[in-house]
Amino acid sequence: MNFESLIDWGYIAASILFIVGLKQMNAPETARRGNAISGVGMLIAVVATLLSRGLSFEWIALGVVIGSAVGAFAAYRVRMTAMPEMVALFNGLGGLASLLVGWVEYDRNPASPFATIVAIYLTVLIGAVTFTGSVVAYARLAETVLSGKPFLFRGQQFANGLVVAALVLLGVVVCVDPANAYPYLLAAIALSLVLGVMSVVPIGGADMPVVISLLNSYSGLAAAAAGFVILNKVLIVSGSLVGASGIILTSIMCKAMNRSLGHVLFSGFGAASPAASGAGHGGVASAVTADEAYYVFEAARSVVFVPGYGMAVAQAQHTVKELGQLLEANGCEVQFAVHPVAGRMPGHMNVLLAEADVPYEQLVEMDDINPAMPAVDLAVVIGANDVVNPAARDDASSPIYGMPIINVDYARTVYVLKRSMAAGFAGLENPLFFKPNVRMLFGDAKASIQAIVAQFKG
Amino acid sequence: MTMLIFIFVISIFLGVELIAKVPSQLHTPLMSGSNAISGITIVGALLATTSDSSTFATVMAVVATAAATVNVVGGYLVTDRMLAMFRKKDGSGRR
Repeated sequence: MNFESLIDWGYIAASILFIVGLKQMNAPETARRGNAISGVGMLIAVVATLLSRGLSFEWIALGVVIGSAVGAFAAYRVRMTAMPEMVALFNGLGGLASLLVGWVEYDRNPASPFATIVAIYLTVLIGAVTFTGSVVAYARLAETVLSGKPFLFRGQQFANGLVVAALVLLGVVVCVDPANAYPYLLAAIALSLVLGVMSVVPIGGADMPVVISLLNSYSGLAAAAAGFVILNKVLIVSGSLVGASGIILTSIMCKAMNRSLGHVLFSGFGAASPAASGAGHGGVASAVTADEAYYVFEAARSVVFVPGYGMAVAQAQHTVKELGQLLEANGCEVQFAVHPVAGRMPGHMNVLLAEADVPYEQLVEMDDINPAMPAVDLAVVIGANDVVNPAARDDASSPIYGMPIINVDYARTVYVLKRSMAAGFAGLENPLFFKPNVRMLFGDAKASIQAIVAQFKG
Repeated sequence: MTMLIFIFVISIFLGVELIAKVPSQLHTPLMSGSNAISGITIVGALLATTSDSSTFATVMAVVATAAATVNVVGGYLVTDRMLAMFRKKDGSGRR
């Protein structure tokens, strides 16, 4: 058997392992093994590739050593609450790699066949958008450079449209006469990088689950496009698997926010969110102290916690778990209601609750908890806002009208743990805070819950 | 080329079938795990280091290799870290 066919068999094995691995990611019991299987597939794909003729191993070693060190360091150091931005960053680097692969291929052989040039163009375009889009998402999630607030300017849609039109035009120019198109390709790369930034900056923090899913999909599609450039089947198979999974997640997230995929793709996501900053409900929110709250906790027979991004920010998951245990010991039924888009990425809250070791059977999904809500003594909203905003249910003029929410206001008593009365990421006033059965527990969520825990113990 | 497009289309449908039923609690690990798979572009980066390249192409290939390796190594490790937490609870027999 020669090396060429050995390489092909390696790629076939890798593809099978990716498929089996993804399949096993479907269930909690097998998910970890599934990830390991897919990792073995990746290793086989890399080793098979190294059998190819004419590679410069010293350069490969340099890249792999640097990449492994950085990747492993980041993976072990990242806090679970910072997971969304980490995934965004990894994702962006995948996009960057695809961009460079396409670029190098053109640099080496500009006079490629038509189909290859089209593939190169798509690879650099999608790769570049993925790269800068993910970096902007990272910055927004980490709230280092950018705040969580959407950044909007007049004519944004128009500007984006111009960039897209220019990219289509450049694409035609490059594909018609590739041999003389280097400057045009460079212009297209620059414009794609700009497009990545422009399409993510208008999106607020609360819409990030959609954006991350979509960027995840793009990075897969970029890899698949790169597969068409170098005529490599394993790239096409795995890239399109990821592309498909990202699109599925995107549509799940869209459904959970009552937005259409078309609306997400082509119109300003943020446009729906930031505008209407509440007509003023005139009501006064009533506050409660941790000491007073303790008595209600103590008397409650059923408590539902509704975690949101604020729980991640306050790193409160372990304290919340402790309170849950104390409540259980007190004869109370404890549940955690997780909204599909709570947090900054799909399943974000589940990761944090898993980290804190909250038992599975206490986790309930939105559709299961809502019918039971009127029988709940106490609903505790920890740093969630839009996903419990009754305006989404009752107020047809609200920008988030129609988004499915967790109906905490139907519970007998509701405590909202919040830093201040400032509006949430979507910039909307929340009528929940002014309902008669709702009390605000101001302050750091972790500190507030610790105070209640201390009461229970004392 | 039509063969490759055929593979592409079939894989997209396969991906949709594979993912559609994932429970929401696994969405984050699924995303970071599939994100690691998208680092498969490392294969293209490795192939781009061929020794007959210009200096410019070689530098870009090395950067691409490093970036894709971060994506792959970091992606798999971080997913494993998350899933380890999910399983820990499973084994504790609290069901």
